Amino acid sequence: MREPVAEFEPVLLANVGKENSHTLAAYEAAGGYRALKQALREKTPGDILNLVRASNLRGRGGAGFPTGLKWSFLPEGHPGPIYLCVNADESEPGTFCNRVLMEDDPHQVLEGTILSSYATRASVAYIYLRYEYTKSLRRLERAIAECRAAGYLGRNILGSAFSLEITIHRGAGAYICGEETGLIESLEGRRAWPRIKPPFPAVEGLFRKPTVVNNVETLACVAHIVARGADWFKSMGTPADPHNPRDPGSYGPKLYEVSGHVNRPGVYEAPLGLPCRELIDGFAGGVWKGRKAKAVVPGGLSTGLLRGDELDTKLDFDGPICAGCLGLGTAGTIVLDESYPIIDFLYNSCRFFAHESCGQCTPCREGTQWALELVSRIKAGRGRLRDLDLLAEIGATIGIIPGTTICGLADGAAWPIKTAINKFRDELEETIKRTNPTGYGQVEPPPALTDRPACIAANR
Amino acid sequence: MPATQTILTDDLREAIRAHFPKYPTRRAVVLPALHLVEERLGCVPPPAVVEIAGLLDLHPAEVQDVLSFYGFFKQDKPRGRVRVWVCRSLSCACRGGEDLLEYLCERLAVRPGETTEDGAVSLEFAECLGACDLAPAMLAGDELIGNLTREKIDAFVAGLRRGPGSPESAE
Ligand SMILES: Cc1cc2nc3c(=O)[nH]c(=O)nc-3n(C[C@H](O)[C@H](O)[C@H](O)COP(=O)(O)O)c2cc1C
Ligand code: SF4
Ligand code: FES
Repeated sequence: MREPVAEFEPVLLANVGKENSHTLAAYEAAGGYRALKQALREKTPGDILNLVRASNLRGRGGAGFPTGLKWSFLPEGHPGPIYLCVNADESEPGTFCNRVLMEDDPHQVLEGTILSSYATRASVAYIYLRYEYTKSLRRLERAIAECRAAGYLGRNILGSAFSLEITIHRGAGAYICGEETGLIESLEGRRAWPRIKPPFPAVEGLFRKPTVVNNVETLACVAHIVARGADWFKSMGTPADPHNPRDPGSYGPKLYEVSGHVNRPGVYEAPLGLPCRELIDGFAGGVWKGRKAKAVVPGGLSTGLLRGDELDTKLDFDGPICAGCLGLGTAGTIVLDESYPIIDFLYNSCRFFAHESCGQCTPCREGTQWALELVSRIKAGRGRLRDLDLLAEIGATIGIIPGTTICGLADGAAWPIKTAINKFRDELEETIKRTNPTGYGQVEPPPALTDRPACIAANR
Repeated sequence: MPATQTILTDDLREAIRAHFPKYPTRRAVVLPALHLVEERLGCVPPPAVVEIAGLLDLHPAEVQDVLSFYGFFKQDKPRGRVRVWVCRSLSCACRGGEDLLEYLCERLAVRPGETTEDGAVSLEFAECLGACDLAPAMLAGDELIGNLTREKIDAFVAGLRRGPGSPESAE
């Protein structure tokens, strides 16, 4: 086995796996909260914002939006309150690095949250934590109490003029609460229906006040940027395209999750731009049972599929897009071996998104359900080749990108469908022909799975 | 406090009120309140919804609206003492998660969404539990059980028989 990226020292995972890594004592012994102390003494909020902007840090929650730019949209001189929401709803299938950070190094997350609140002048931070993360809850609660006792939280932090309260708000098992405005609605005590944007949360967010929503890993990165500087952060990753002034590049360390058919599932850290193959063969010990990868989800279920011959794809913000996927997403890689049927992938994906659609937009609510029914029919041995065209049509018409829905859940539902059909059409056609040898060529509207003549009779 | 029968005990009301200072609106306490009631009563029956609404200055329909959005809160009867979720999303499913869910259904003689006759366990499927590194994964109360096998399910079921209450949490 090759030693992956030998010269790179993990930063985000530096404490993970060490004894008592979740305690304040261990965190401080490893240099924790030094950046906070120094920042409150020597730097203004504007200094930190400029530092984060100079680092080109892009959000780790899925969209990759530049963090400093997002913060700069907050209105200047606002009387407050300004809110920071820590997005700890982590529910994208294949994704679990926020859990590891919150369980094993909660103070790293809190230091990043406190520094980011200082930079954005937020006076209250809400950690929106998915309900199922019970250990994260216990660890965060303890860490917050330790911070309060040590003067890192509360009124006049470390004798400065800066005050901050952090509150944990537990979700209730809905994926859509991770979408930033769904999160805000849920926190306000309403159904988690994402809002039409603009207004963006920075202008009108939680409780109609200026609000920043950031992912757990993004905030952890902020702590390291303040500690080590923007140049350190930009010393690793894929540089911005010099011919494209709007490309922010892909800088900094990144947590890569690997699961599915590999020998060593887990979370690994490397500079952005790690080739997918390196992640699977180097870090995760290769595909299990000596098999080959048929397909790989590069960044959480929403991002779609890479083919087994596309594993040289670099896992930075652009790499998966160049390979026809939605994006880097959460860098949650799911490996599917050569024996795994693509129709099973499609079924699992369509079922997930049909279950999690919030129902607000008709193309998403109906499209995800219709796709699930088509795929179920194929799985039941009643598929027709034409169904693949229908699925492709759904995939092409639901989402923010075609402009038919309010939030990106529908794009996330579309990409697995589109990439499966574009990249594995032969296999899907073969499945349909094999399982429905007499009916695969039908083009007439087929009977529903329920007993149609009986239904008609019942309706007379 | 009127002498009429109430669902929410004084304790529970106090616990709900303790959340008020954390938020600028009462409405934001809907979800924390629902969780508190669900934890103590095992469900949120309609009269509790009316009482929560009273505490939060909301119309009961507003609380019911939020409750019904999440597939999380039962209303008809209390769930079992332990709530068990077995993950059915991709990373778990591709390592046998759905077969294990089926196996646990057989062992407990319930379907997902149901509670065992002795009231020990409510079984549900879950979408990704955020534990794909431990796939197949299940959450039993506060305890995450990873790398699930039939043997681990047998041990879990045997543990239920031995004693009431939730299995020890793994901290
Ligand atoms: C359906 C959907 C679910 C999402 N779930 C999450 C999530 O669980 N965690 C997260 O950080 N971002 C999630 N996002 C992205 C958020 O909307 C938002 O972009 C992100 O939290 C911003 O933080 P960042 O800039 O630090 O990445 C989701 C987006 C969509 C469309
Ligand atoms: S796209 Fe889907 S999930 Fe997003 S708001 Fe519309 S219906 Fe809800
Ligand atoms: S897919 Fe089961 S825990 Fe993520």
